[in-house]
Amino acid sequence: MDNSRRKFLKIAGLTAIAGIGAPTAFNSLLKGEVHASTATEGCYPAAEHGVVTATSGKRLGFVIDTKKFAADRDLSKRCIEACHSIHNVPDFGNKKDEIKWIWVENYEHAFPDNSQQKVSEEVEKLPIMTLCNHCQNPPCVRACPTQATFKNAEGATMMDFHRCIGCRFCMAACPYGARSFNWRDPRPFIKKENPEFPTRMRGVVEKCLMCYERLAEGKLPACVEVAQPAGAMFFGDLNDPSSEISQVLKEKFTIQRKPSLGTKPSIFYII
Amino acid sequence: MYDKNKIIPGLIVFVGLVTFPIWYGFGGGGKLPNPEKPTIAKQCVMPTEEMRKSHMVLLNQWRDDIIRMGGTRKGVTADGTDYVRSLQKGCMKCHASKKKFCDECHNYAAVNPYCWDCHLQPKEAN
Repeated sequence: MDNSRRKFLKIAGLTAIAGIGAPTAFNSLLKGEVHASTATEGCYPAAEHGVVTATSGKRLGFVIDTKKFAADRDLSKRCIEACHSIHNVPDFGNKKDEIKWIWVENYEHAFPDNSQQKVSEEVEKLPIMTLCNHCQNPPCVRACPTQATFKNAEGATMMDFHRCIGCRFCMAACPYGARSFNWRDPRPFIKKENPEFPTRMRGVVEKCLMCYERLAEGKLPACVEVAQPAGAMFFGDLNDPSSEISQVLKEKFTIQRKPSLGTKPSIFYII
Repeated sequence: MYDKNKIIPGLIVFVGLVTFPIWYGFGGGGKLPNPEKPTIAKQCVMPTEEMRKSHMVLLNQWRDDIIRMGGTRKGVTADGTDYVRSLQKGCMKCHASKKKFCDECHNYAAVNPYCWDCHLQPKEAN
């Protein structure tokens, strides 16, 4: 009897201490005194789309004139071919394994935010060139556990394939479907290998890298090089008010893909 | 001891078989690797000793510097030759054969680097 009373008191005492202590610990977590994870640099909670952020540093971006692509239906194919042949992108010949850096989407799928009950036939059939949006606030970068994907100083959302462990968190995080996963060894499915660029291996995610290797040589991205003569694509620094792309953006009405998500895409579409 | 005639020769044969790898290669030391030296350049990007020891570290440094820090792609050797800091566009321009250069030592040291899972080796005429 004595013994069990002693036990009861002990348990009651400990419970009381835990009851007093737990809210304190919980509050300190809520206040953010303890960090569960560190935020990636350059990433902040999604702000309202219209908020003007600091315009220091470079932010390379694209303007895509969808009307020009509609006028020349072959142009998009040539852009895709130029990009995919340079970057050793494999063609598996089926949708399930498909790897794509740049592809054509229809209006409804590319701009679900801009849905209308009635859409003109012209808009309905617009070929929308889609590629990685190189967002200013990229969700994929936040999701990557190894920092294999990151923002570089020029504003491109880069990838270091060496570091990719194939977890595909970035693919889940990307709202634009810009990332593809190598389910199989891509080597045998590359039509013609470009010896100047590496391939990928099985288990690695890949996407458009804004032709960082071409920019370093002073060239334009491959797709822009093909589309520029037709005036269908513009490329430049969005933060430089005197750049050609800034002039185009000042003159034309453009839209971005899924602006409500606050990712701030660096690709603007003239519809 | 019973069966002395069988046990002692048996032991001798056993010891001989077990130590076979030791005395088979005794004094030979195996064939040393002999990577083929390029003919178009005299000097590598770092002294030979350092390259031998830490070329893999250098490659990683190049990669991180170029794609993360916005570093330069151009390098100059001690004797003033320009080179590209890249495996495919740099190293393999001089060391044109993976088989005769890379594989020589890698096979000898029994290491299996995964560079070539992604990077393309120069096409060799054979």
